[in-house]
Amino acid sequence: MSESTHETEVTIKNPEGLHMRPAMQFVDMANTFASSISVSNGDVSVDAKSIMQMTMLAATCGTRLIIQAKGQDARQAADALYELIECEFSDDSAPVSD
Amino acid sequence: MKLSDIICVDAIVASLESTDRDAVIKELVAALGETKTIKKKDIDALADAVVQRENEASTGIGKGVAVPHVKHDGIKDPIAAIGCSAEGIDFTSLDKQPVYSVFLLLSPADNPDKHLRAMETIFKNLQKDDFRRFLRQAQSVQDVTEAVKDADEATLE
Repeated sequence: MSESTHETEVTIKNPEGLHMRPAMQFVDMANTFASSISVSNGDVSVDAKSIMQMTMLAATCGTRLIIQAKGQDARQAADALYELIECEFSDDSAPVSD
Repeated sequence: MKLSDIICVDAIVASLESTDRDAVIKELVAALGETKTIKKKDIDALADAVVQRENEASTGIGKGVAVPHVKHDGIKDPIAAIGCSAEGIDFTSLDKQPVYSVFLLLSPADNPDKHLRAMETIFKNLQKDDFRRFLRQAQSVQDVTEAVKDADEATLE
């Protein structure tokens, strides 16, 4: 498989936004891929594999994030992370404890 | 948002008395309780809620820092306390290392955006090696206050 770049855009639909626990899940998944992965919210671009950086995104409900993966598994990485936000985090219901 | 918008100066503990995670959380919530930024009647419930949140997933994300937090009905605007420990506290951190600087954040239950902005501000600064080093070297409340002030000024530049 050759090096490639894959980019996808996703909107945060969870009313609580991308708070710390889903962000941790996101980072865990990002780390299962070999590609280097960045996530951008406007001008802010961070390393998807670092929880400290991901928490800097302030991805509130309605925020559009660009996920960009570079590497051999770029497409799989971008698709999987898109799915995680689109499917898993949309029905998150633990508003009080985080 | 600046750190000084969130951090309650009167709830900075330069040398934590507690040595374990739950006691540190209680000590910092109590410090906020003394400042009247939170209601006395909420103190126990807030401490318990932060501990419970921490049990679900550690906020010790490595590099000697932890940001225990919770959203609660009794809170209007995000408010934080800082606690420093020279010995280090076991927060079951991701990197399995002790925590020397604790930011305890209490956020409103009904305004997730404010909570995320407060978290962003805290992590943007904790990301900086200098800020973490100054916090770890701090001997007094004044040292911590100055580190916070310097960090805010660096952000504005």
